[in-house]
Amino acid sequence: MTKILFSNPVAVLGAVVLTMAASGGAMAQEGRDPAYAAARAAGQVGEQKDGYLGVIGSPSAEVRAMVRDINNRRRAIFTEKAAGKSTIEEYAFATACRLIAQTQPGEKYQAPDGSWKTRGAGAPERDARCP
Amino acid sequence: MKALELTGNVPAATSPAMMSQAQHDPQHEGFRFGGRAVCAAMLALGFGSALGGCVNVSAPDKPIVIELNINIRQEVIYRLSQDAENTIKQNEGVF
Repeated sequence: MTKILFSNPVAVLGAVVLTMAASGGAMAQEGRDPAYAAARAAGQVGEQKDGYLGVIGSPSAEVRAMVRDINNRRRAIFTEKAAGKSTIEEYAFATACRLIAQTQPGEKYQAPDGSWKTRGAGAPERDARCP
Repeated sequence: MKALELTGNVPAATSPAMMSQAQHDPQHEGFRFGGRAVCAAMLALGFGSALGGCVNVSAPDKPIVIELNINIRQEVIYRLSQDAENTIKQNEGVF
C-alpha cells in the first residue's frame, strides 16, 4: 500500500485530498466524491468557461466517465435553475464565472481564449462579462 | 446621390437575426420599416444599382448585433451571479 502511494504522485495527491476532506479541512471539497476531488487536485479535470467540467490531456476512462456524469448532473441543475430566468447557456456561463473564481491554487481552469491554466495565488483569467 | 442613400440606410435592420433582436425595441422597428420604405422607393424608381447598395449596407449592421448580444448577456450574467453562487453551494458534490 505504502509502496503504491509513493510510486504514484496522483495517488499521493488523492490521499492528501482525502485526508483533508476527512478531517474537515477542505470545506468546499466536502460534498465531492473522492475520485472527483483527486482528479481536480491532480489537474486531470478543470473548470471550463462554459460552466461544465473539462478533461485535460488523456485521463483514464474512469475519469472521463466521471466527468460525463458530473456534466450531465450539472446540465440538469442549470436547466432547472435557469427556467424563467435565462437560457441554460447563460445560467451555466454565470456559474462558470463563480466556479473559476472559486478554484483553488493548483486546480485547472479554462481561460477566455480556451486554453487551460493552472490557478495560481492571484485572480484567475475570466471572461470580461463575468461580474 | 448614391452616397446619400447609403447614409440614410445605415440604421435599417432587415436581416432576420436583427429583426428578432429588435423585437423588444420599438425604436428598431421604426428603423426597420423606414429602411424597407427606402428600399421600396428605390425599387419603384428603378435604381438597380442603388438596390445593390441597399443590400451592402446591411453587412456593417452585423457587428452591432453581436455587441447588443454581449450587453444583454452581461446584464443577465450579472443578475444571475448570486443565484449561481447559491446553486453551487446547494450542489457541492457536482461543482
